[in-house]
Amino acid sequence: MAGNTVQARQRPYKPPVLGRGQTFDTVTDKIAGVVDREQQPRGWWIGFVIGFALLNVLLLCLGCLFAWGTGIWGVNNPVGWAFAIINFVWWIGIGHAGTLISAILLLLHQDWRTSINRFAEAMTLFAVACAGIFPIVHTGRPWVAYWLLPYPGTMMVWPNFRSPLVWDVFAVSTYATVSALFWFVGLIPDLATLRDRAENPLVARIYGAFALGWRGSVRHWHRYETAYLLLAGLSTPLVISVHSIVSFDFAVGVIPGWHATIFPPYFVAGAIYAGFAMVLTIAIPLRRMYDIKSFITAQHLDYMARVMLATGLMVCYGYFTEAFFSWYSANAFEQFMIQNRMFGPYMNMYWLLILCNAVAIQTLWFEKVRRSPVVLFVICMFVNVGMWLERFVIVVTSLHRDFMPSSWFMYYPTIWDIGTFVGTIGLFLTLLFLFVRFLPMISMFEMRTLVPAAEVKEEH
Amino acid sequence: MEAVVPVHGVMAEFDDATEFVAAIHAIKEAGYEGFDAYSPMPIEEAAEAMGLHGNRLPLMVLCGGITGFCVGYALAYWTGVVNYPLNVGGRPLHSWPAYIPVLFECTVLFASLTAVFGMLGLNGLPKLYHPVFNVERFALASQSRFFVCIEATDPKFDLEGTKRFLQGLTSSQVSEVES
Repeated sequence: MAGNTVQARQRPYKPPVLGRGQTFDTVTDKIAGVVDREQQPRGWWIGFVIGFALLNVLLLCLGCLFAWGTGIWGVNNPVGWAFAIINFVWWIGIGHAGTLISAILLLLHQDWRTSINRFAEAMTLFAVACAGIFPIVHTGRPWVAYWLLPYPGTMMVWPNFRSPLVWDVFAVSTYATVSALFWFVGLIPDLATLRDRAENPLVARIYGAFALGWRGSVRHWHRYETAYLLLAGLSTPLVISVHSIVSFDFAVGVIPGWHATIFPPYFVAGAIYAGFAMVLTIAIPLRRMYDIKSFITAQHLDYMARVMLATGLMVCYGYFTEAFFSWYSANAFEQFMIQNRMFGPYMNMYWLLILCNAVAIQTLWFEKVRRSPVVLFVICMFVNVGMWLERFVIVVTSLHRDFMPSSWFMYYPTIWDIGTFVGTIGLFLTLLFLFVRFLPMISMFEMRTLVPAAEVKEEH
Repeated sequence: MEAVVPVHGVMAEFDDATEFVAAIHAIKEAGYEGFDAYSPMPIEEAAEAMGLHGNRLPLMVLCGGITGFCVGYALAYWTGVVNYPLNVGGRPLHSWPAYIPVLFECTVLFASLTAVFGMLGLNGLPKLYHPVFNVERFALASQSRFFVCIEATDPKFDLEGTKRFLQGLTSSQVSEVES
């Protein structure tokens, strides 16, 4: 008892992050049980079939693109970036919440991250995979995309390291690599659990090979923990750098509406905002489908909604600043840009964006909303759409009317643009459902550290 | 060669982290050195009890990061200034502030790779076979139970004596580990 009171005095009250009565076995059985079970729930099949169907749409769209070229898209002069870049930024931004949850919240000792970090990291990887498709196919000749990399070739040319597009190649490829490593390192002990639980020897061998012979030695754990913390420490600035560099693609250009110093923080906040919305979009159906509400509790939803509200308000501040500076700059082009955004031909997109990103999230001030899965899910959908619209507004409204009225032109997506975008959602869903089926979606070894029996009690 | 059945060591099983850490302390006090402990999750107190303090990993990662920075700088400088100088609006060729994003990414990439492969290397992984896997109940070491194995290479090791010693520490099973 005495020990408890001392602890209570040292730490402010934190709501429990794990439902009552959990033991090592209940945690392991519940999470590994999802992978072990013979028949997946109906929700899994519905999700997987939809995802796989859309994945085929992606393959069809890319196949036609490779055959006929980017002419099938709606891109034109002056709107040369359009859907490909909108979708790239949207997907890569979604990925950022995964790294934030796994790295930054780990360094900040937020225990509640434990139940969501694994699938959030998986989400990061899959989102980066979807994002990576776009700049590559947008090059027009994707089969020579390797020209982006610095390699000693017979052409005797090198990438220009002063160009933001080259920075982007380095940032995204590093981000994909480090995210994959972080995810895999986190999986090693859990793969060992799956190896040891598998009844089929072939399954045991496959999981065993990926578990690298992990046996849970205290010496190994000691180095493992160090490596995990170091990776978290490295990922934290990395995640901030990646979206900053993505924003440089815009901010280093001279186009009105892009050439702004606010872009890096504004983009990073937007990325985390969109990412948390996507984590919730995935978590809410999953916790229902697999009945894991004692691991992902209403408290988790509440915390994630709070992060969403905070970053959403930062994004709103970004919108305000953009408008303010275009007025304050006394620059005719900047002033025209914001006026064109708000009242020009794409004004519907702008006001829909404000509705989704600035108005809808105000409901998150209420605890009842934050703890209600259904309402929260709806709000997350608003945010998902809103963040896509934000990139649309930034890319298209800035490009379609720049300095010279003679070069103004409208942009409309074609069926192929839309098909490719929807198709990447299919790729994302397919990968996500396969992940849920074959790998533990919650980190078992980290959940075990929250179980009472994991605590070493003082004997004296 | 001896004719006896080769034994890797003797293994004892524990129910929870408290018993486990107490057992490590007891084994240390009894003077054993060649032993290893296995748990289903990281336990800081267990590492302390085994006398593990710092490790070489952070230094390796620092070196990895510095290497990444140097490699990135050398690449950007040599390609942009020496091998393929490109005049962009008369700006200086060696415009190092524009290299910063790439240098940062290279630093993080090399440091992260060092952290992961350094950890695996120092841990001697991948190693798909290890004698402890011969114990059937050891499958629970990755799920719910804690194990300690005193290895036969320890100078104080004596099959029967060590067995009795471990039986005094745990209420659960003690078993021989075939090598």
